[in-house]
Amino acid sequence: MIEVQHLTFGYGHGAPVFQDFSWSAARGEAWAVLGPSGCGKSTLLNILAGLVKPGSGAVRVDGQNLNRPRPQTGLIIQDYGLLPWATVRENARLGLRVRNYYGPDGVHAPKDYTRTMDVEPWLKRLGLLPQAAQFPGQLSGGQRQRTAIARTLALRPDLLLMDEPFSSLDAPTREGLQRLVLELWHETGLTLVTVTHAIEEAAVLGQHILLLNLPPNTHPQIIENPDILQPGYRESDEYVALCRSLRAKLEIA
Amino acid sequence: MKRRDLLLATLALLFIWQIAAMLVNQPILPTPIQVGAAFIEEMNEGLAGHFLASLWRVIASTLLSILLAAPAGLALGQSKRANDFFAPLIYILYPIPKVVFVPIVLLFLGIGDFPKIVIIFLILFFQILVLVRDQAAGLRPELIRSVRSLGAGRMALFRFVYLPASIPGILTALRQSVGTAVAVLYIAELFATQKGLGYYIYLNGNTLFNYPAMYAGVVAMSLLGLGLYFAVDWLERKLCPWLFVS
Repeated sequence: MIEVQHLTFGYGHGAPVFQDFSWSAARGEAWAVLGPSGCGKSTLLNILAGLVKPGSGAVRVDGQNLNRPRPQTGLIIQDYGLLPWATVRENARLGLRVRNYYGPDGVHAPKDYTRTMDVEPWLKRLGLLPQAAQFPGQLSGGQRQRTAIARTLALRPDLLLMDEPFSSLDAPTREGLQRLVLELWHETGLTLVTVTHAIEEAAVLGQHILLLNLPPNTHPQIIENPDILQPGYRESDEYVALCRSLRAKLEIA
Repeated sequence: MKRRDLLLATLALLFIWQIAAMLVNQPILPTPIQVGAAFIEEMNEGLAGHFLASLWRVIASTLLSILLAAPAGLALGQSKRANDFFAPLIYILYPIPKVVFVPIVLLFLGIGDFPKIVIIFLILFFQILVLVRDQAAGLRPELIRSVRSLGAGRMALFRFVYLPASIPGILTALRQSVGTAVAVLYIAELFATQKGLGYYIYLNGNTLFNYPAMYAGVVAMSLLGLGLYFAVDWLERKLCPWLFVS
């Protein structure tokens, strides 16, 4: 699904963030990208989202070279990115409105896209029907992020990128949304990439964890974490041991 | 603002006016009742026509300024380079009191509606331009990034983000400048016209010495200003309901 080959990327004249970096992810996998601030994890996500052009090397998603945002890729960011003047329902429809605006041109919307404005199933699935007529300013952080998720999933993405999605939420809300995202990932079969600086979040959302260090990143460190869907995983010894090992690796870095 | 409070405030003002008229006790300050009667009478005698002429000038110049200033503000707000280029010019022109251009505009554009419309346009244009520009420039990059990730290119960003984001700026600009616009309209209508409330007030006050009629004109001009202010309020509630939720 994702192929990064010999990527070299840097900002301005500083040291490159990635140097001859290669990594790949298969369709339907759940990846967490973990690393300290400034390690380049958000840069990697922006490149995968098509919002930043890779310097040299090749980045392909679903076999296509990335030059611009790909219509089948969804992005969830920390501060939600909701329109303050639109209700929850209108915000959830925004992606569809953008697609309807351009039509199925293969650039802004997939070629096989059929026009729709129906987001009700997603509002229902995400428990947002009671808030559907409210504005973002009237919502809690968790409800805002669920609105952003509904908006993205209404576009039926095959790749969902999340950039520190739950960092500004309180612990119970964060855990609830992490569970929800895992359920949705399992239900829809999409490929999930979550960028986070939180070790616990990486251990909960990453079937595979890509560990980045301070730049330049030259080769991927990958930690396998196959049990994320097991019931009670968050309380298991494996989870605790994984968090401990990730913490140690980050401290060495 | 509650309607009851507005009504009470109006009654209080009328009461103060009545007392002042009784104390002054001269033709230059008629009572509200005399002015009310003159207002009704004058409305049938041609005041309505003057009112409509002034209203038309304000509405036309408002629409013209929105039509030209909002897109320009959006363009400057989206492009740092364009804004860097034009910002010094706007910085110099923005604080100049546009009323001083009245004689110049009249000299160049002569008689008729157009010079009056241009004068009000000059006031509203800069106000809308600056507020819309700042509103567009103040949109968080994160918001733009996330809407771009939904597939939005330049056109869709404009349609779904920048355009709706500019509406509160336009309305704030109108609210701030509608009073000034009506005041300057009054000045502009003193010259080279025989239509409009400014002309009507001046004619009755300084030539015909018909003070109740002059006051009726003042009331009409106040109603024009108030009406425009209320209209902006109403539009804001209609177009920006999100600003009024708790």
